[in-house]
Amino acid sequence: MHVLRQPFDDAQGEGSKEPQPDAASVKLGRAIVITSGKGGVGKTTTTANLGTALARRGRSVALVDADVGLRNLDIVMGLESRVKYHVLDVLEEKVSLDEALVRDKHSPTLHLLAAAQTREKEEVDTQKMLELIQTLRERFDYVLIDCPAGIERGFQNAVVGAEEAIVVCTPEVSAVRDVDRVVGLLGNRFSPQLVINRVRAQLVKKGKMLSVEDVNSILRLPLLGVIADEPEVIVSTNKGEPLALRTDSKTAAAYHAIAARVAGEDVPAPTVEYKESFMSKIGSLLGGRR
Amino acid sequence: MIEFLNRLFGRQTSGATAKERLRLVLMSDHLSLAPEMIEAMKRDLVDVISRYVEVDREKIDVHFENQDNVLAMLANIPITGVNRNSGGPKPQTGQRAPRKRRKKSSSGQQSSGTPAPAT
Amino acid sequence: MSARKIVFTSGKGGVGKTTTTVNVGAALAKRGHRVILVDADIGLRNLDLVLGLEKRIVFDLVEVVEGRCQVRQALIKDKRFESLSILPAAQTRDKDAVNEEQMATVIDELAGMADYVLIDCPAGIEGGFRNAIAGATEAIVVTTPEVSAIRDADRVIGKLAERSTPVRLIVNRIRPEMVRTGDMLSVDDVCEILSAELLGIVPDDEEVIDKTNKGEPVVLDETARLRGIYYKIARRLEGELVAFTNLENTGFFGRLLGALKAG
Repeated sequence: MHVLRQPFDDAQGEGSKEPQPDAASVKLGRAIVITSGKGGVGKTTTTANLGTALARRGRSVALVDADVGLRNLDIVMGLESRVKYHVLDVLEEKVSLDEALVRDKHSPTLHLLAAAQTREKEEVDTQKMLELIQTLRERFDYVLIDCPAGIERGFQNAVVGAEEAIVVCTPEVSAVRDVDRVVGLLGNRFSPQLVINRVRAQLVKKGKMLSVEDVNSILRLPLLGVIADEPEVIVSTNKGEPLALRTDSKTAAAYHAIAARVAGEDVPAPTVEYKESFMSKIGSLLGGRR
Repeated sequence: MIEFLNRLFGRQTSGATAKERLRLVLMSDHLSLAPEMIEAMKRDLVDVISRYVEVDREKIDVHFENQDNVLAMLANIPITGVNRNSGGPKPQTGQRAPRKRRKKSSSGQQSSGTPAPAT
Repeated sequence: MSARKIVFTSGKGGVGKTTTTVNVGAALAKRGHRVILVDADIGLRNLDLVLGLEKRIVFDLVEVVEGRCQVRQALIKDKRFESLSILPAAQTRDKDAVNEEQMATVIDELAGMADYVLIDCPAGIEGGFRNAIAGATEAIVVTTPEVSAIRDADRVIGKLAERSTPVRLIVNRIRPEMVRTGDMLSVDDVCEILSAELLGIVPDDEEVIDKTNKGEPVVLDETARLRGIYYKIARRLEGELVAFTNLENTGFFGRLLGALKAG
């Protein structure tokens, strides 16, 4: 059940999607691209943590790093020392998909397909990438594709196999502008959901940072989650241990809530510590939609 | 200071972990060798040297540097003594037990008596 | 005498390239140089926004390249400075609207009108990156002390080395308290890992977000903590040897830990 496919604002267009062509024969997993336009907003961190959280809920997940030449999903997951082969090795049929998939250290149902580091994005054949994602969908409940920054070839290759999109934005003018552009480029094929990352509640209170509501009133996308800016994220990347592995972290809780929503469960909105009015505003943005 | 205390208590800060991981990853990126291969290369290097001299495996540092646009691998291997069995290359069977490395096909693990070299 | 043509790049997005380009450019302009900032991020332009000049855009880089206007017509002069102008990128085009040769030609033309041409490079290492570095003879790599940023910076430094472009490093968003507890890599760690010459150390500062929202360069605010740091970077670029200052009072603990520097 894909409740999140309903657009937040029905005025934007039809809410339903055509059913999968092979829905009757093979139940395909969901392919979700995580993108943003602007770099450094937390795409890779979100992909890693969302994947980890979904795996903890018992789903099978394949993480795909589409950032050829600048790969980081492996290092954020702490799997860099286990990577032997990458996407291009598979696309060029030098190795099988099984040989390239790296199993996560912590969650047995979570696997990583790393990007090539010393190749160029232009070397990836878009059609073959599409087929690869399809193959992964036949084997996994979720295929999460970590999109590179920008809107060039790398972006196109990341998007081609996906059916859903999560856009990540920080409450900064440049990021909002870039997300807006990317949403335009994603086009009618997608109904993107929004994750707002790195919110600093104190700064929002002082009026020195855009609020969640500000961002959303500009972008007008269904809100999947809000994540506060915490030093623990840096520490977790240093160690290569995604926060979603922990039970004692606010950030982890935020990612688990996102995973629950993605999985179609009805969960109350994750919150950043705001004054009352903000919380009710966030609630009204999210409430009653699914 | 914090580094020292952590080492004393056998802990490592996340910053120190990050540095080690980065060095391995960058070496792998530069040499286009999988990290596993790089680890194997380091171990082989140290094993060869150990046949001639005794080394302190805990204090080995292997890293790379850019020298005038040429990539150089630098190994700092503290020598603690002369290997009394040295005097030329020896067949594997002639070595003393602690120096022996059991070859495992996939991961090249060290024999149990010898600690793995520090990266 | 032709201008110095410097590209600000990083590999990883979001480390502060644009903010750094703007503030170093502003500092140089305040010190009396003629400065032109070029936004090479076609399709995702942001240089204009960070300077608050977005409403004054008439022509952009792509139109210059296509010959639809003179370069002077596209330049926007920032009235808060004696001699700071920007050449904005196009927003609704793609990076393949311009090639390396065209880019180099435009940069050379600009170099005839200024002392410094600073090029704000897009994230990544694709066509946009290649175009941005095509016009430059020097590079400043901006990184934060985080694992992914450093890895990407390394890749970019490698690519610049292939072209023999001299590289200097700015470490951005350092958090001294996290370095002290060992939860963040130090500047020394970063420089050692990247084997690059250090140009500047910029501490993490919340004010930057607010300034960007308002389109105000930090350098214009006399009370801003980072102002002095960008001035120092400008002076080092001019060739002066400027020491890196201590971030905190040293005191006993500072001396024990080794004073953390910035500047």
